[in-house]
Amino acid sequence: MSEVEIGKAGPRPASLGEVFLAFTRMALQGFGGVLPIAHRELVERLRWLDAAQFVEVLALSQVLPGPNVVNLAIILGDRWFGWRGSLAAAGGLLAFPFIIVMALGIAFRQFGGHPLALGALRGLGVVAAGLVISTALKLARTLKEIPLGLLVGAPLALATAVLVGLLHLPLLWVLLGLGAFSVGATALARRRREGR
Amino acid sequence: MDWSALGLHGHAWADIGRLALHFTMLSAMAIGGVLATASDMHRLLVIELGWITDSAFTSSVALAQAAPGPNVLFVPLLGWNIAGLAGMAAALAGIMIPSSLLAFAVGRYHRKRPGSGVIRSLTSGLAPLTLGLLLSTGWVLMTPTRQDWRALLLVLLTVGALLRFKISPMWLIALGAAAGMAGWV
Repeated sequence: MSEVEIGKAGPRPASLGEVFLAFTRMALQGFGGVLPIAHRELVERLRWLDAAQFVEVLALSQVLPGPNVVNLAIILGDRWFGWRGSLAAAGGLLAFPFIIVMALGIAFRQFGGHPLALGALRGLGVVAAGLVISTALKLARTLKEIPLGLLVGAPLALATAVLVGLLHLPLLWVLLGLGAFSVGATALARRRREGR
Repeated sequence: MDWSALGLHGHAWADIGRLALHFTMLSAMAIGGVLATASDMHRLLVIELGWITDSAFTSSVALAQAAPGPNVLFVPLLGWNIAGLAGMAAALAGIMIPSSLLAFAVGRYHRKRPGSGVIRSLTSGLAPLTLGLLLSTGWVLMTPTRQDWRALLLVLLTVGALLRFKISPMWLIALGAAAGMAGWV
């Protein structure tokens, strides 16, 4: 894997400003998620990394806690320009969208009592729920391929949803309990599979 | 302009500290993204403390989804709606700092030792939990509209459209706003 070589060969950003602008451009196109746009911009348009490198950094960003696309920006920025690169990339991703979200929030607060504003928010909330659920179901398709398989994976997912969503158990307990079990069992399953 | 919106909305500084602390903890637990921890935010802020209503909670998430950019930006908006500028800063710093520092450190470590098996066990081991957490977030976001069959229909339509067709979420967001304004949901 040429992963160590990100930025060493081929095109790479020339300056911190270029990093900031590239991630700003990405963020402003990302409605309902920036990751798909990140692939298009970084790999296809700018060619700052190839598809395999992108997948590797993406996997790392997704297993780390926190906003996945921000993690991706921090790791890539660091590879190009050290910690200042991380700040430029994450800053580019967040600065303008932050202003937009806060402006929307303040505007809706000002007109909060208006029936049209209330209606729009209600409708947006319904679609927001649908967006999150569809992300979950897309993830469900990949459960067949995990070492634990669908037979263990699906009940684990369901148990998590019930414990957190219906029974309102603190997330910490669920992660320490079910999460530790799931990761441990996965490590065992992988070792057994590789042992044969 | 109503400048009182900048203030603490009757919260004490200890509340701001509590807000920052909880988001700091969630930042470190946000496997599968920040939206996966929204149920836990809802548990504390709506159910236990009553600092924000169900509909204001869902609206904050919905507005951040409707705007371009990372979804994590619903967090400062939640903080803003709870306790003005101080709440916004506390929530944003809390949710961003731990995970960002960790990403930075792990990114550097990984560069030296790529392809570690631990990372793969973590990724596929936590996938079922992420799925469950996202389902639970969807359920929580539906709280204000769960009794309404037309809202359920719109959720199903959204999910169906996104899974079946390569449609941009932007259209569904626009549809949701329009349906809401027309009073359909």
